[in-house]
Amino acid sequence: MSTITIRPSACPACDAAPAAEALAGRAAVPDAKILVSVPAVHCAACISTIERDLAKMPGVNSARLNLTLRRLSVDAKAGVEASDVIARLDRLGYEAHELDVGTLSMTETERQGRELLMMVGVSGFAMMNIMLLSVAVWSGAEGATRDLFHLISGLIAVPTVAFAGRPFFRNAWKALRARRMDMDGPISFAILLTVFISTYETLQSGEHAYFEAVVMLIFFLLVGRYLEFRARAIARSAAQELAALEVPRATRLRAGVESVVPVADLAVGDIVLVRPGGRVPVDGVVTEGQSELDRALLTGETLPVFAGPATLVSAGEVNLTGPLQVRVTAAGKDSSLHRMADLVANAESARMRYTTIAEKAASAYAPTIPILSLGAFFVWFWLSGGDLRLSLNIAVASLIITCPCALGLAVPAVVTASSGKLFRKGLLIKDGTALERLAEVDTVVFDKTGTLTMGTPEPTNLDAHATGDLRVALGLAEASSHPLAQALARAIRERGLPPAKIAELTEVPGYGVEGQWQGQRVRLGRADWVGAKAGAVTAAYLSIGAETRCFSFADQLRPGAQTVVRSLQAQGKEVWLMSGDVPEVVRDLAQRLGIAQWQAEALPADKAAKIEALHAEGHKVLMVGDGLNDTAALSTAHVSISPASALDAARAASDMVLLSRDLAPVADAVSLSKTAMQRIRENLWQSGIYNIIFVPIALFGLATPLWAAFVMSISSITVTLNALRLK
Amino acid sequence: MEVLALLIPASLFLGLLGLVAFLWSLRKGQYDDPEGDSQRILDPRYDDKPKPVDEDQRG
Repeated sequence: MSTITIRPSACPACDAAPAAEALAGRAAVPDAKILVSVPAVHCAACISTIERDLAKMPGVNSARLNLTLRRLSVDAKAGVEASDVIARLDRLGYEAHELDVGTLSMTETERQGRELLMMVGVSGFAMMNIMLLSVAVWSGAEGATRDLFHLISGLIAVPTVAFAGRPFFRNAWKALRARRMDMDGPISFAILLTVFISTYETLQSGEHAYFEAVVMLIFFLLVGRYLEFRARAIARSAAQELAALEVPRATRLRAGVESVVPVADLAVGDIVLVRPGGRVPVDGVVTEGQSELDRALLTGETLPVFAGPATLVSAGEVNLTGPLQVRVTAAGKDSSLHRMADLVANAESARMRYTTIAEKAASAYAPTIPILSLGAFFVWFWLSGGDLRLSLNIAVASLIITCPCALGLAVPAVVTASSGKLFRKGLLIKDGTALERLAEVDTVVFDKTGTLTMGTPEPTNLDAHATGDLRVALGLAEASSHPLAQALARAIRERGLPPAKIAELTEVPGYGVEGQWQGQRVRLGRADWVGAKAGAVTAAYLSIGAETRCFSFADQLRPGAQTVVRSLQAQGKEVWLMSGDVPEVVRDLAQRLGIAQWQAEALPADKAAKIEALHAEGHKVLMVGDGLNDTAALSTAHVSISPASALDAARAASDMVLLSRDLAPVADAVSLSKTAMQRIRENLWQSGIYNIIFVPIALFGLATPLWAAFVMSISSITVTLNALRLK
Repeated sequence: MEVLALLIPASLFLGLLGLVAFLWSLRKGQYDDPEGDSQRILDPRYDDKPKPVDEDQRG
């Protein structure tokens, strides 16, 4: 089946540049339209909770939730930011991601979809009306009545074919010019020849006209086409959603003036301001400021690292505590992010070469149709001693019966049913062939930080501390946006403890928070600054006067991590854990989850090499990862999944994106893909068997239009029903 | 058989009516969010009076 492949741009910056322009344009209009993705919505209560709450939000004109797309569109006055909406949704308990309106204005795609749907509608209408007339003919109308009915049928069918048959004719013409053979060639040939012969027969008062069969063929094929289109449009919008999740912009400092510019506009030597909580947009050197950097996305390390003047930073790191000024050493094409994107583009082009089962079936089937009917034509021409009309009629009958009506539905129906099911579980399929590749997987490789774990720390030894100390720690921790401080504050608050009153609270970027409590100086922060001895584990230290306390942290498991590993192992898959983190942490996690094979301190290249080695042994690998250090591995793997919290490069490199926080859908996806492939194979066999039975009937000249219509509808319906069994 | 002269145009007209209705609903965006629409009937917010028509529901 010929398809026009619409691929997302592999380079995030290319997507971002127009998006940033669109954003700048948007700022000028008084009313803002904000789009956010809300993956967790699922019911009527969600709709009314969200819409009702947002309607109360100041500045919001209206809000509407699209449950099919899990997307909220907010019409608001200028000044309302997406981040405000997201914060509000967060309080309601819904995780949300910002989408870029510019990238998502899918007018072209939407127009194509509507046009296809309109063609489906028109051919459906024509089919029903012609069928009414045909039933009369089949039940015995004769002579002038039959001719009249045929004539009316033809008057409906010819314009319908001209209107609704265009997608097939267009593709066939394209293939013809490129001297390729695809499914649309024989289909167009069959449609045109049948219409031509049927018109001729009608004018000659012939007994058989195949108008209803032609229109029915177009109708069923268009339904398949539309399903395919929908699946691709959803995949495309998923990719766009991801590109839109973050518009790469940077704050440039020039002569003390700040301006927000697209990352693509930055040049080497520019000074960029990175605020706490922001992501470093470029590779560079810190010139001013002190802070801590979260490198988890790049290296998998959970421990934030200190950054001060002369520290080298790379794009993708997150600034935690203090503002930093960074001098750009590499931007745009030279940055590490862009090199990753190139790598991803290479891997994607390799994946394009994957031949799907539908393509295999079509390439085996496409030449058979014209060959069979041509054969029938010549044999009958010879047998009948030169009866052109009889032989043409038989050729047309066999052509219309062999036409792969059910084949056109066999794959799209299953893919639509299964991707819809996965979407409801929170998995977006970005690539059309991903489901098929997923079914072949026998080994699953997980990344640690951000994938099996949340990438957020959790205090582990709160019970070892006195209530008074905890209250002081809470008072200090609440003043900081550092992830350790926030995790500590959250955990202590959950115990119902009120914070101690602390005076003169100040945050010292890169070190911690200090203040005065009951006449003593109290500090919460790094070991050396507080005056404590640093231990081996991730920890924050508290000092009250001269005494010090240590709060140790461990990374929190992502919900469903245990389930997913167990159920993958139950399905007979080999599970690996690969991380850039230190061996003790990785081994500990592997033991907790029951993973036998693990590898620590793996560099990005090591991960990719390991996957290649597994491939060389004949394994098909599913890689699940989120960091920049996983990107190479994600694109090397047979199929890959990344969580929505992953870095853009990682999401761009993977075939599926997990929108929910829960990991469990990954295991479901693996088992579902197997079932889906089985359904696809059953469907292909089913439509094949119909042909094996009915083609000889057509070839012997016994087929009537009634037979053709019967075979076509029965096979299409059984194929669709079989696909729906997935639900 | 004279009745056919009436019945055929009548059936064609009715079919055409259905087609027009379909195209109208398509243009109105009624197939944009089938899942949401099926859930919205459970929402009691507009039971007493309909929601005032606003921009995002048109077109």
